[in-house]
Amino acid sequence: MAATKTRISSFSRNISAVSAPQLPGIKCGPNGTFFVSSGIPDLDKILGGGFALGSLVMIMEDAEAPHHMLLLRNFMSQGLVQNQPLLYASPAKDPRGFLGTLPCPSSSKDEKSRNHDTEQEKGLRIAWQYKKYFSENIDDHKDSKQEFCNDFDLRKPLERHFYSGQRVDCVSIKDSPNPATLHDRCATFLAQFPRNDGSFSCMGRIAIQSLCAPQCELSNMDWDILSFIRSLKSMLRSANAVSIITFPPSLLSPSFCKRWQHMADVLLSVKAIPDEDKELGKLLTGYQDMVGFLNVHKIARINTQVPMILEATTFSIKLQKRRFIVLECLNQAPIDGSSGTSYGTSGGCSGSSKSGALDF
Amino acid sequence: MENRALNLLEEALGLGYQTDPWPLRGKVVLIEDCVETSGCFVLHQLLKRTLSSQSPNNTVIFLAFSHPLSHYDRILRKLGCNLVAQRENGRFFFFDMLKLLCPDEKEERNGKGGFISLYWKIQNTIRALPENNKNHATIMIDDMSLMEVAAHGSSDHVLDFMHYCHTLTSELGCSLITLNHEDIYTSMERPAFMLQIKYLVDVLIKAEPLATGLAADVHGQLTVLNWGFCNVKGSSNNKISNFHFKVKENSVEYFYPGTRT
Repeated sequence: MAATKTRISSFSRNISAVSAPQLPGIKCGPNGTFFVSSGIPDLDKILGGGFALGSLVMIMEDAEAPHHMLLLRNFMSQGLVQNQPLLYASPAKDPRGFLGTLPCPSSSKDEKSRNHDTEQEKGLRIAWQYKKYFSENIDDHKDSKQEFCNDFDLRKPLERHFYSGQRVDCVSIKDSPNPATLHDRCATFLAQFPRNDGSFSCMGRIAIQSLCAPQCELSNMDWDILSFIRSLKSMLRSANAVSIITFPPSLLSPSFCKRWQHMADVLLSVKAIPDEDKELGKLLTGYQDMVGFLNVHKIARINTQVPMILEATTFSIKLQKRRFIVLECLNQAPIDGSSGTSYGTSGGCSGSSKSGALDF
Repeated sequence: MENRALNLLEEALGLGYQTDPWPLRGKVVLIEDCVETSGCFVLHQLLKRTLSSQSPNNTVIFLAFSHPLSHYDRILRKLGCNLVAQRENGRFFFFDMLKLLCPDEKEERNGKGGFISLYWKIQNTIRALPENNKNHATIMIDDMSLMEVAAHGSSDHVLDFMHYCHTLTSELGCSLITLNHEDIYTSMERPAFMLQIKYLVDVLIKAEPLATGLAADVHGQLTVLNWGFCNVKGSSNNKISNFHFKVKENSVEYFYPGTRT
């Protein structure tokens, strides 16, 4: 037997809880992973906590509607609000202009009114003498929740000071002859956040929009782009960062599309909702409020072999009060065709469809 | 030593009937999966089984194109296998290929160069093993589609590399176990690469989703096609098995459809 200090038992204590984060935007996940917020509270819940640090998220766009931009904007804003440097690449000539469209976190008054309804209903179920303890939990929960994930108000633009200055690096991929420039920028960016076994000095986010868009010369370089993605993924594994890549799958050949999908740790797709589709309207409740669909194809399994099976993989994207993105499970409309209110789906996501309604 | 019952996967692969020689010796095993259902757990199970104490002569050379060592280490620990300790004991060799890239400016020579030097490394590692273990090496690759990306699309180079490794199976009795994503190739018009690989394969393990969709209790189905399966009596025939599986943190459950209570 070797006299070294290697552990023989397969039981390993999770020591990462100690170093968890002094950084507000990171929380501990299972199996030694850490989560950062996607910027959309419902999406964090669906994914089991958020985006795993070091993972590559891919969003498949729908050519008919720019819903992937909703996810991208919230992701970028969330990072900026938490002081995380951002690298943004897009096929636009001047990507910096896009930063002006990023949403601002909503003021706390709005946020409390949104969460309070559901919390109050839960409160009714608690016997009166315990209510004081429960309300304390709500406050604590909300405070820590605010630090980790914000509710973004799509109608308010992000304050300029968040993205001016050195914290945001923008790259245009429009005229790049090959992915090398983008690759080098990503490499220099990620070199700022090396992962050193649990200590967090800072973390960063990379957002790459429409990577194989037709207006870029890159779109003809199938293998070069794949090489770049693979390289980015390996760099992410040794850095404290998360990256989102959006791409239009219809522009790739089916075989390459599958290759991209296999490279992703988290794979999402967005779909537009046809306007005034009467059949769909009869089938689903709340159809008029829906903006699009979000499909969850794959969830990151870092450091584990167990797949995460969701109760539902398709969610409707709605804009609550035209300001906040919510993701809801799809519910079938009552058979008689009258729309009415959906069964307790306010703010819920992949939970049961009966949450919130008091059935006697 | 362990008299536990075999699970369905081990039965299908003939892993229970004999431990010496190792039933997968000299065989090429291909694990196929798709986006919906990942087959990496089969690789983990085979890795654990190969390194188990029942067969102390086995060594594993792991070519990792997909994940770093920390990922596999954590997973295998929960399965009861300590990769770091095995590495120090000279039974596990981890080749981190995450950054292996064949530069695109240089021509084919260097593209091939990356894989040729990799092959020499593998061969030298095997040659350097103690005498007992030389014929009990297993080469594991995770995964083959990323080898094509590293080769910048030159499937010929990857094919050549696989042929080189195949010679090791016939000359030295090594096993070759590799993971590949089958849905990439089914969408191609002429998947010449896959057809050539399949010609080399002795055992094919396919992980697919259930036809009925997602379920929390059943994660998918495995189909094992074992050509040249040696049964108890020693005669060789082809064996096809199909069963369902559920992946857990520290084990995988295999069961026939409808037998789960």
